[in-house]
Amino acid sequence: MMTSLRHLVLFFSGSLRDLMPVILVIAFFQLFVLRQPFPNLAEVLTGLVLVVIGLSFFIRGLNLGLFPLGEAMAEAFARKGSLTALLGFSFCLGFGTTVAEPALIAVVAEAAQVAGSAGHIDDTPEALKSYAFNLRMTVALSVGVALVLGVFRILKGWPIHYLIVGGYGLVVVLTTVAPPEIVGIAYDSGGVTTSTITVPLVTALGVGLASTIRGRNPMVDGFGLIAFASLMPMIFVLVFGMVV
Amino acid sequence: MELLVHILTTAAATLLDVAPIAAILFGFQFLVIRKRPPDMGKIAIGFAYVLAGLTLFLVGLEMALFPIGETMARQLTAPEFIHATAGPSYKGQWQEYYWVYAFAAAIGFATTIAEPSLIAVGIKAEKVSGGAVSARGLRIAVAVGVAVGVALGAYRIVSGTSLALYIMAGYVIVIAQTFRASKTIIPLAYDSGGVTTSTVTVPVVTALGLGLASTIPGRSPLLDGFGLIAFASVFPIIAVLGFATLSDWWIQYRMIKKEPVDEDIVDHNLDIREERKR
Repeated sequence: MMTSLRHLVLFFSGSLRDLMPVILVIAFFQLFVLRQPFPNLAEVLTGLVLVVIGLSFFIRGLNLGLFPLGEAMAEAFARKGSLTALLGFSFCLGFGTTVAEPALIAVVAEAAQVAGSAGHIDDTPEALKSYAFNLRMTVALSVGVALVLGVFRILKGWPIHYLIVGGYGLVVVLTTVAPPEIVGIAYDSGGVTTSTITVPLVTALGVGLASTIRGRNPMVDGFGLIAFASLMPMIFVLVFGMVV
Repeated sequence: MELLVHILTTAAATLLDVAPIAAILFGFQFLVIRKRPPDMGKIAIGFAYVLAGLTLFLVGLEMALFPIGETMARQLTAPEFIHATAGPSYKGQWQEYYWVYAFAAAIGFATTIAEPSLIAVGIKAEKVSGGAVSARGLRIAVAVGVAVGVALGAYRIVSGTSLALYIMAGYVIVIAQTFRASKTIIPLAYDSGGVTTSTVTVPVVTALGLGLASTIPGRSPLLDGFGLIAFASVFPIIAVLGFATLSDWWIQYRMIKKEPVDEDIVDHNLDIREERKR
């Protein structure tokens, strides 16, 4: 009884520590800067308990499910030796996890409003809707392409910095020629594509591939897929802004 | 009762989000790989944990953090708070927004420490590097980067300077740092730019940006509210590369002074230098 209780406390204490900064910051600003009491304190406390439990479960699930699955699939693809299957999988993973991402859907809706009020497209509901849909597909496509490129880089062992620096260079050049309204959206779109479930899976896939393939170092070659997945949408959206 | 309904609807939404991922994973698993992964049962339990965890996490955030964080962002950017004595058309000086910058930095740091995807990358990096990169150290470096980035982003909205200029300058710094940094840290540093901005950070930071842009005369929420996320993605890269270079220098400095140093770190450092010679 005592030991299981101790395990439980240990299980949750890590998450509580991770959340401490948020709790302290909010409490400090609420009490000392804004000088206001907490509204519905009971609800806030219940919420905090749920956050702690949720984070602990999530981390347990990472180690039990997401990491092993990502690695097992990387190993299976490497053994199978079919480049098409691996790249096809990478594309589907990138496209599929992005296309339904709620954060992305919210961003493209706002982007359509910006384009509408700037007079780039007709300010009608249909035009806005089709603009938002096209933009969403563009971003999802770009993440698919990003993972294909990133996985191909791991297979070839190319150094990542040439590709990423080249990509940033391209972003800088495109920024100067793209319409100014799209720039903010393009920059933000890189950040919204990488969701909480995708990141562990994609990381495990990259590290798994780099550890299975001979001559690859998981530290040097395994990481970097997320970087591609956040860079590529910026390029694609800037181009989208120039074309549409 | 209300809580239970909230949890169930969030669970359904999470399940819907995960459905395409699961479909792709299982589709390829059964149609292309055609082999059961080892410990299928354990993986299924893990997935259940992830779903339950994410659901409770989101419900909790919506109850505890998001409403108060968003209200706070609105109150701190409200004209009555910043310059209580002046009339409504008074524009204010950028210095008067000091609490906004402090809040931006503090909340950027704090939400990044709580970010689940960064925790995941930290765990992985520590394991893969054999402990040379500590999960905690990585997360703190990234959080410092986000703090600086969001504070600077808030200043940009207040001052009305060009977003592209800041971000391009950030990229130029990243490119310069890349040529100095050791090869082992570069991919991880690039990755850390993408992982910082998800579940916890985005809603609070977005609320701050929109609040600022709608309070300050002459700013449009649609045009100027965007861009904080971009700041929060570029500056962690700079921070991680910077910390790595600093720690390399520190080790070299201690070696010159012939102080006893932790041998593992020296080995790691020698490896890096040999790599550079090649």
